[in-house]
Amino acid sequence: MGARSVVTMTATAIEAIDLVKTFGDLTAVDHVSFTVPEGTVLGLLGPNGAGKTTAVRMMTTLSPPTSGTARVAGYDVRTHPDQVRASMGLTGQAATVDELLTGRENLRMIADLYGLPRPRVRRVADDLLERFSLADAATKVVKEYSGGMRRRLDLAASLIATPPVLFLDEPTTGLDPRSRQELWEVLRNLVEQGTTLLLTTQYLEEADHLADRIIVIDHGTVIADGTPLQLKDASGAARIVLTVSNADDLSAAESLLRGLIPEVRVDPANRQITGSAEGLDAITRIAAGVQNLGIEIDDLGLKRPSLDDVFLNLTGHRAEPQLAATEESA
Amino acid sequence: MSTVRVHTNTDAPPRSEDPPPGGRVGAQQRAPFIRQVITLTRRNLTHIKRQPEMLSDVTIQPVMFVLLFAYVFGGSIQTNGSGYREWIMAQTMAFSAFVVAFGLSNDLTKGVIDRFRSLPINRGSVLVARSTSSLIHSSLGVIVMSLTGLIVGWRVRGSFLEALAGYALLMLFGFAMIWLGILVGSVMRSVEGVNGVIFTTIFPLTFLANTFAPSENMPHWLRVIAEWNPISSLVQAMRDLWGNGAPPPVDAQWPLHHPIIATIAWAIIFTAILAPLAMRAYVNRTRD
Ligand SMILES: Nc1ncnc2c1ncn2[C@@H]1O[C@H](COP(=O)(O)OP(=O)(O)OP(=O)(O)O)[C@@H](O)[C@H]1O
Ligand SMILES: [Mg+2]
Repeated sequence: MGARSVVTMTATAIEAIDLVKTFGDLTAVDHVSFTVPEGTVLGLLGPNGAGKTTAVRMMTTLSPPTSGTARVAGYDVRTHPDQVRASMGLTGQAATVDELLTGRENLRMIADLYGLPRPRVRRVADDLLERFSLADAATKVVKEYSGGMRRRLDLAASLIATPPVLFLDEPTTGLDPRSRQELWEVLRNLVEQGTTLLLTTQYLEEADHLADRIIVIDHGTVIADGTPLQLKDASGAARIVLTVSNADDLSAAESLLRGLIPEVRVDPANRQITGSAEGLDAITRIAAGVQNLGIEIDDLGLKRPSLDDVFLNLTGHRAEPQLAATEESA
Repeated sequence: MSTVRVHTNTDAPPRSEDPPPGGRVGAQQRAPFIRQVITLTRRNLTHIKRQPEMLSDVTIQPVMFVLLFAYVFGGSIQTNGSGYREWIMAQTMAFSAFVVAFGLSNDLTKGVIDRFRSLPINRGSVLVARSTSSLIHSSLGVIVMSLTGLIVGWRVRGSFLEALAGYALLMLFGFAMIWLGILVGSVMRSVEGVNGVIFTTIFPLTFLANTFAPSENMPHWLRVIAEWNPISSLVQAMRDLWGNGAPPPVDAQWPLHHPIIATIAWAIIFTAILAPLAMRAYVNRTRD
């Protein structure tokens, strides 16, 4: 983000040092290490059960590491948990707001617990309610909030003490697109003002929008680490997807695409033909060709690699030749 | 395309240097312990305000008992001496164990405990606040009982100081029961579990006192238990202090002849045994 240029000059805000967490036989987090420079955003990307939440809980003092440790703002979570808590804000994956209090009471309670001066308690609570579009619901009991409203209140709660380090575990899950955009805006502003952010997500798009660096974890291990661009490049080019209206036109459309783009594949069940998109002008040429041939189409578009693609590529379940090469360079 | 690093898990060896003396950020402001406790107590009391039915144990229940004893059972249960008001108050206080366990268990099974644990607050403040709000809750029952009693014609016949001492013993007993509540609330994984344990153990035990039937008529072993029951000591102490009770039978166990000392001793024993167990259970429960 905006702070990218100063990365090399600033200190480390978060440091995971060989973190391990086991639950019985299961190793949920398996020797994970990384550092997050002050004022930058790290996206922790991984599928369900990858160990994202477990890692965040260890870094935020909620769960003791089986081995290894983490530092937040220079404090070790094992030896200085209280200082870590004073330096960070957390919005966990599960809601932590009090259902029987109103939105405003929730925020004021937390501000009081932080020991903010009393006039600031009121101001901070109302500011945050405003910022997260909850002002109208300020006096409503949280039990009556929608899922998205609770999520936003939870996020507001983690910002009360304007902590220098912020951990957000799947912050936009359950938010509608508008709320998601609003939250991204809030987070960008915070980062611009120097906050260090670690967020977990299952959406490549979100990591792409916010993160300076993405770490992909699976089965508790880090399987890739790079900028969003690097990760997307590594998972292959975007693909063009053409869906014809009548199955009869499939073969005509297939030969058209074969003449224009490489790696053409046909999926008769969905009346779809896909191919690698070497250049955006390929779309224009396909559109023109389809029109010339009088083929009726349902859809023509560009499909970018999803987290699924990135993930499958990285884990090798759907190995692509070029990635095998990149793995050697580790 | 060849810049993705694939980790080998060993590229960041653990370091063991000390954290920077003042930390990298300016030390954040902290709330004094008392403010934490007040804030959390207020939160607990707001819960009661939002769910007034939670107060039924200290409002409807004691009144029901009074009506039952005074008008339904009438003389068919021979109450030892004149007062079962003292017993109802003692039972209300024994119930503070339940009130604590219920509230604590509720918090522990919800995400809100993670919020508290992620804040730079004293870890004891959650427990102290829970205990404080529960004592306020149970005291309400004692107040309701006292007022109901006044209406029905009960009077405290002892001196003002003796009356106060009776209430102080009640509070002391309630304080000891809080540890039991913290223990049960921390060990049980659900509110239903808390209900189960309390209603199959504490609740019946409160009836095993010398309140309803003269203990002389019990089998010897049961009589010993009933007379050593802390509830019996507490009830006898209040009756003595408030000048309402018949003296205990001459051959009664030691606690009934020295009920005030016995009650204080019970409170100390309860606290000494239960407090360390309760703290350990709570710390274990909130460790991960
Ligand atoms: N308290 C626990 N006891 C036992 N196993 C656990 C516990 N917490 C997590 N696990 C297991 O550890 C693994 C990692 O879980 P974790 O919640 O960290 O994954 P995640 O990446 O956050 O997944 P999601 O995207 O679904 O939130 C899972 O297999 C999970 O079942
Ligand atoms: Mg998770």
